[in-house]
Amino acid sequence: MKNTIKQLRHSSQFMVGFVILVAILLLIIIYPIFVTADPLEMVGRGTFFKPGTYVSVVDAVTDGASTQKSYTLNLDTSASRLNARLSMEDREAMVDWLVRFGGVAEGGISTSDDDVPALLELWSEKYDSTNPQKGLIAAKKKYYVRLDKSLKELNNSTDMILAAQGEDGLEQTGTIADDSYVNVKDIANQRTFILGTDNFGRDVLTELVAATKTSIIIGLIAGVVATAIGLFLGLFAGFIGGVVDDFIMFVTNLFTVIPSFVILILISYSVGASARGVTMVAVIIGLTSWPWTTRSVRSQVISLRNRDHVNMSKLSGHSVIRIILVDILPYVASYVVMAFILQISSGILAEAQLSMLGLGPATTTTATLGLMMNWAMTYTAHLNGSWWAYFPVILTIALISFSLNLMNTGLDQVFNPTLRD
Amino acid sequence: MSDGKMAILNGKGVTKVFGLGDKKTVAVDHVDFSFKKGEIISIVGESGSGKTTLFKMILGLINMTEGEMFFQEKPRDIKGYAKKREYWKNIQAIFQDPFSSFNMFTKIDSVLLDCINLSGGKNLSKKEKDEKMTEACSFVNLKYAELTNKYPFELSGGQMQRLMIARIFLLKPRILMADEPTSMIDACSRATILDMLLKLRDETDMTVVFITHDIGLAYYISDTVYIMEHGKFVEHGSAEEVIINPQAAYTKRLISDVPKIHEEWDLSTVS
Ligand SMILES: Nc1ncnc2c1ncn2[C@@H]1O[C@H](COP(=O)(O)OP(=O)(O)OP(=O)(O)O)[C@@H](O)[C@H]1O
Ligand SMILES: [Mg+2]
Repeated sequence: MKNTIKQLRHSSQFMVGFVILVAILLLIIIYPIFVTADPLEMVGRGTFFKPGTYVSVVDAVTDGASTQKSYTLNLDTSASRLNARLSMEDREAMVDWLVRFGGVAEGGISTSDDDVPALLELWSEKYDSTNPQKGLIAAKKKYYVRLDKSLKELNNSTDMILAAQGEDGLEQTGTIADDSYVNVKDIANQRTFILGTDNFGRDVLTELVAATKTSIIIGLIAGVVATAIGLFLGLFAGFIGGVVDDFIMFVTNLFTVIPSFVILILISYSVGASARGVTMVAVIIGLTSWPWTTRSVRSQVISLRNRDHVNMSKLSGHSVIRIILVDILPYVASYVVMAFILQISSGILAEAQLSMLGLGPATTTTATLGLMMNWAMTYTAHLNGSWWAYFPVILTIALISFSLNLMNTGLDQVFNPTLRD
Repeated sequence: MSDGKMAILNGKGVTKVFGLGDKKTVAVDHVDFSFKKGEIISIVGESGSGKTTLFKMILGLINMTEGEMFFQEKPRDIKGYAKKREYWKNIQAIFQDPFSSFNMFTKIDSVLLDCINLSGGKNLSKKEKDEKMTEACSFVNLKYAELTNKYPFELSGGQMQRLMIARIFLLKPRILMADEPTSMIDACSRATILDMLLKLRDETDMTVVFITHDIGLAYYISDTVYIMEHGKFVEHGSAEEVIINPQAAYTKRLISDVPKIHEEWDLSTVS
């Protein structure tokens, strides 16, 4: 036993898998200590907010304008703000228009940051929406009208007056200068969504951590159920043989012939949405994935049951149960551990598949990795470019099964020395 | 029966066929035998002649394809595990490969402890049990203190075989089946182990069925010799009869394969 652990420490595959798994487990344990919010709390009204830090606009404006917390920074404010707001595409479109219809020589003006003030000046001088603009499609013409309008607003945004609804109309409460800044840290209400929000305006990261935890629990329950059934049936079928074996193998083969995923879908469907909690789904997955554990445990036991140490135990008058537990089980234990690890991994995947089909846990109180995928898919996150709603989930599923499979390969090499390179 | 001794185990038409159809192997082919109480019987044959298969059928570890056996002159009934357990109180075995004969996950103390419990010592105090185990170990020249808390893989092959004999010493069965118990050890320890077996037989009057491919060894220890070829008994009789005056061609070949057997094994040196 000690030896095995020592060998495992030297198996790089096992260790890499183990470290990844421990990192994931630590994350799901530690994260909720710091972020105690309900993972399914709808933080935002609206769908798929981009990752980033969100600050309260009111707080930013009022703090900056009416208190001492406003800073005047000697930055080349107007220019740099213009540069930041005027996209390269718009600049190119402007240059294009000026060259074609404004009579500006080609190469006379560039799109670089330094030229932006000159470009704007030229634009306000030359642009005329009544110009026939030969060769431009209507949509493009409209685009230039819109661009022109927003450029005018840009130019006008120097000082701003803040007003509040008073007793008789608007009352001025303060002004914001062009070069007023506030420190982000001073703004009372802000929230960072590292992975943005999902379709219901929920924080994806918090949700992901909770979902990972639930999915691992599902994998564990499914793994325990499948391994327990598989081990029990495999041990008895293999050791007792005869009619018992025939019957168990008949049932096992039935389950093997029909793809277990089909059975899984049928059972999940017939159980009905209301009864499909997390535990129920996990148990159903476990109930459909024991056959290959049974088959392989059985074949191992068959090769073990004629070993001399088993014969010795029989001659010593031990009961069948004791022989199975003491003389057979330890010999298949390493194998069962490996099968268990694979069952966890396939349990997590099975939940994801089921949930994508809408047959996963029907619950609004917990998230699972599969449900997150389902939500992202239903609300077409993949079509509108909201990668943060599904990519981290895929990555997590991949990492979990990658780490479990690596651990399994490592164990395999330690337990089956012939596989070692 | 001719010499007045009671037959303890008889076999009639005992057959074992492995596999079906084209892959059929007849490992043991209609053999008859009669083992008498207190005798040492050798079954001699070359590798693959079906010795281990017959051994396992006699022990009831595998089923016979055909034939019947009589235990103490009554038909042997070992249908079902409960009856087998009853039968195994009378018959014990030493297996061919000592390394695979022990459970690698349990300490060897438990092997000997099981034997004490099985032979009616369940209610003995711990001290009495320890004494019995020490006695059994010293019978086979092992030190009990050195064995406690050890796992089987920490022993040498010879130590394991001696531990097996210690087991037999505690159980004192009526029949001992030994499948090449000396195959794993050097000539010197081999003689010691054989002496132990003979001593055990003298003390308890048990029947020892000794399986070997070494006809010289069979001559050295046995009263009756069975010669086995391709699953059949081609010849049997007392050791002197069979070895000094072999009838079957196969026996003659086996004897001629042993270098200078007549010079080496002088009759007068064997009691
Ligand atoms: N479980 C089995 N299934 C199929 N064939 C078997 C099985 N056990 C033994 N045999 C075959 O039966 C024949 C006799 O085997 P057995 O082990 O009895 O030989 P043996 O005389 O003990 O040989 P050795 O001296 O090498 O131990 C061999 O041809 C072997 O291939
Ligand atoms: Mg053999």
